[in-house]
Amino acid sequence: MLAFIARRLGLLIPTFFGVTLLTFALIRMIPGDPVEVMMGERRVDPVLHAQAMERLGLNKPLYAQYFDYIGQLAQGNLGESLRTRTSVWSEFTTLFPATLELALAALLFAGSLGLIAGVVAALKRGSLFDHGVMGISLAGYSMPIFWWGLLLIMFFSVWLGWTPVSGRIDLLYDIPPVTGFMLIDTLLADEPGAFVDALHHLILPAIVLGTIPLAVIARMTRSAMLEVLREDYVRTARAKGLSPARVVFVHGLRNALIPVLTVFGLQVGALLAGAVLTETIFSWPGIGKWLIESIGARDYPVVQNGILLIACLVILVNFVVDILYGLANPRIRHQR
Amino acid sequence: MTVDTTHPALDQALLYPSPLKEFWQAFAHNKGAVAGLLFMIVLVICALFAPWIAPHDPSEQFRDFMLTPPAWLDGGQLQFLLGTDEVGRDLLSRLIHGARLSLLIGLASVLMSLIPGIFMGLVAGFFPRLLGPSIMRLMDIMLALPSLLLAVAIVAILGPGLINTIFAIAIVSLPSYVRLTRAAVMGELNRDYVTAARLAGAGLPRLMFITVLPNCMAPLIVQATLSFSSAILDAAALGFLGLGVQPPTPEWGTMLASARDYIERAWWVVSLPGLTILLSVLAINLMGDGLRDALDPKLKNAQ
Amino acid sequence: MSLLDIKNLSVRFGDVTAVPVVDGLDLSVAKGEVLAIVGESGSGKSVTMMALMGLIDAPGIVSADSLQFDGTDMLRLKGRQRRHIVGKDLSMIFQDPMTSLNPSFTVGYQIEEVLHQHMGLKGQAARQRALQLLDRVEIPAAASRLNAYPHQLSGGMSQRVAIAMAIAAEPKLLIADEPTTALDVTIQAQIMELLVGLQREQDMGLVLITHDLAVVAETAQRVCVMYAGQAVEIGHVPQLFDAPTHPYTEALLKAIPEHSQGQRRLTTLPGIVPGRYDRPQGCLLSPRCPYVQARCHQQRPPLDAHERGAARCFYPLNLTAEVA
Repeated sequence: MLAFIARRLGLLIPTFFGVTLLTFALIRMIPGDPVEVMMGERRVDPVLHAQAMERLGLNKPLYAQYFDYIGQLAQGNLGESLRTRTSVWSEFTTLFPATLELALAALLFAGSLGLIAGVVAALKRGSLFDHGVMGISLAGYSMPIFWWGLLLIMFFSVWLGWTPVSGRIDLLYDIPPVTGFMLIDTLLADEPGAFVDALHHLILPAIVLGTIPLAVIARMTRSAMLEVLREDYVRTARAKGLSPARVVFVHGLRNALIPVLTVFGLQVGALLAGAVLTETIFSWPGIGKWLIESIGARDYPVVQNGILLIACLVILVNFVVDILYGLANPRIRHQR
Repeated sequence: MTVDTTHPALDQALLYPSPLKEFWQAFAHNKGAVAGLLFMIVLVICALFAPWIAPHDPSEQFRDFMLTPPAWLDGGQLQFLLGTDEVGRDLLSRLIHGARLSLLIGLASVLMSLIPGIFMGLVAGFFPRLLGPSIMRLMDIMLALPSLLLAVAIVAILGPGLINTIFAIAIVSLPSYVRLTRAAVMGELNRDYVTAARLAGAGLPRLMFITVLPNCMAPLIVQATLSFSSAILDAAALGFLGLGVQPPTPEWGTMLASARDYIERAWWVVSLPGLTILLSVLAINLMGDGLRDALDPKLKNAQ
Repeated sequence: MSLLDIKNLSVRFGDVTAVPVVDGLDLSVAKGEVLAIVGESGSGKSVTMMALMGLIDAPGIVSADSLQFDGTDMLRLKGRQRRHIVGKDLSMIFQDPMTSLNPSFTVGYQIEEVLHQHMGLKGQAARQRALQLLDRVEIPAAASRLNAYPHQLSGGMSQRVAIAMAIAAEPKLLIADEPTTALDVTIQAQIMELLVGLQREQDMGLVLITHDLAVVAETAQRVCVMYAGQAVEIGHVPQLFDAPTHPYTEALLKAIPEHSQGQRRLTTLPGIVPGRYDRPQGCLLSPRCPYVQARCHQQRPPLDAHERGAARCFYPLNLTAEVA
């Protein structure tokens, strides 16, 4: 197993350097003079301009600039925001827990509901429930989630008044950030009211963000389950006199989970993209909203390294999914 | 050269149905796919004849009729069938004109990624030593970024607008074509007919484009349909984020972005553009499912 | 009393009017007896035993007068009660060992699962017993195989594991559904030897579903020949081979290479087994039977007992001489 992990880890390194190359090129692709762009496109004093070029290392040849960039990254220096003058890394670490909390809630929603719906649909193939699941999941798969979010806000927040419109928690509460997870921090601060309020704030965004993964997981689980239930080893399990629940959930689902896990991994990237939209709709203070606002403000260091961080995150998650995949599937693990 | 045209009448049972007919029969078997196709035809007609179908100019502001509800509601006006928006523009006309943009973006971005994607995939498949792996590495890197985020990044650099939106979406969907083409090419290259063509002295371009490529088209067509629908979704998302087509152009996503402020007063401004997006994407996905089933039975359980 | 007594078993797929895949089958197995069921593919051999195990799902319909096993009617049992018997007293091994084991679990886990389910064994006790079972089915280096995954085993090894699973709870009847068909020829004999050895040791009943008449001749005490879902002949072993009473049995025996030495071609029966929709009105074999008479085309013969067994034929062979 360790050898398997090491092999997969080895594959990460070139991908990582590729991504740095991409984010490095991103900034160089800005039309016009980067210094002028960063200084607000006013006419810049030539001396100041030269100084800025010197300071940013832009007067060196491209490969030297790239090595500078890698050197900076290696020292953990991701630059600082032009707007707030705080380091990109510290902004990222403050905002990331909010996105993670949202994404985990969405995955929990999508994963649990999707697996159950998919398994039941497969077991009751051709039934009304099956058709319903397939129809709804196709609609979910085609859903423009930014609109879906607005609809849910309109319905649950504006018309019914059940859930708050935006944010993570009511301004009345002052919760000291410990973990960055609002649900945990409210409990740590011993404020059950705030916990419930935070939960209320989380529900709609989590549903919105989880919609597409839910649809994908339900469909995938169904088709994987249908395939697995036809396998000989399921018949063997039944011939052993095992209970139907054990046959379906231990012998069936265990094998059906392998393709579902792959899809799950692919969904993590989509989830981060969806977070950009969801956070914008619900004013959720996470990295998605941060990135969009930085783009609007032409805060290039944030855009550049924010994207780098997100890409690393996706790579990391895919790596973890790969490992899980190996755990779930002995045939992969033993492959050379 | 003379051709004997007096051969006996062919036995009807021995005539294979034409591929097109066979395809249509398989496609028509899927009710959802046919429904999707019908909706798409309506959408295409709307897009082609928008100026004649739309009751009003999409940017004409009827200042006396701001936020008029749809015709069937209290206070609705027959001349504004689906109501008006915050500056009094006819919603129906804007939606019809929006179809133009969405289909244009979808079509252009699919073409702009399909053609280079197929080419790169063919090259990657035919040169498995050096060029292939380096192309695939590059695609892996592009896949490391979620598609919408990459599009957002590209637009952030190039600036918002129609052309850049198309460009960004095309770049984002490139890797899937490259991977798909390469996988299909690798599968075909070991087949005997390719060896036969090689031995017959077919040159590389002929092998690539005439011998192998046609046999790889089925999954590519399906993928093209699916990325058409995600192009529409991504374009609308970019528009919604303010990074896509800029107002006052009637793009569906952009319309939604400006409708956000009226969520408490005018549900139709919020609901209708989104519903149009959903239905269009759904229709294309349904068609894609039908295409997949009809073109390549092997792919049936692939999704 | 016999261990297994099947009376008038029919299995259909679809509604009640569908042509049955198994049609009015009567079958019995005594304690410690080896019964072989032979017949072409699709003659209903496997389906019969799947029905007994309760492995036929909708749209399949199982009906019978009784499916008596060890004093209980399996047909009347519901879920939980059935599962107390299936896998314990009544177990089955299947044709393709490579796909019959779950790829996600170790061999040990899959054997211990049976021990847990039916014998209440857990932890170290189950481990020990699983080890003994692997030894029992002659798997070398058994201890190391417990942690192996099915894909790490060869076909023959996998079938041994499947057998270990099936005999784990010391069944009274073991059903082996073409246990050697998917294996290499060299392995086939070993597996058969193992099965027969286990059967003698434990004095369990064994139902052997097979195409291989040579295997039947060596191992079985009685044979049931099936054709198009019906039992056409039931008889004891040496006699049935020496003097088959049903034309179909005779045809099967003639098709064995050893029986046709000196001939240029194997004798074969012309035609194919009737499908679901082209069943003849009379005897199901009538279109192919070399001894066919007018009556055969009009009426279906019943399975009539005679002094050496039973045959579903109006004009049984090799009988009149002895009777007279």
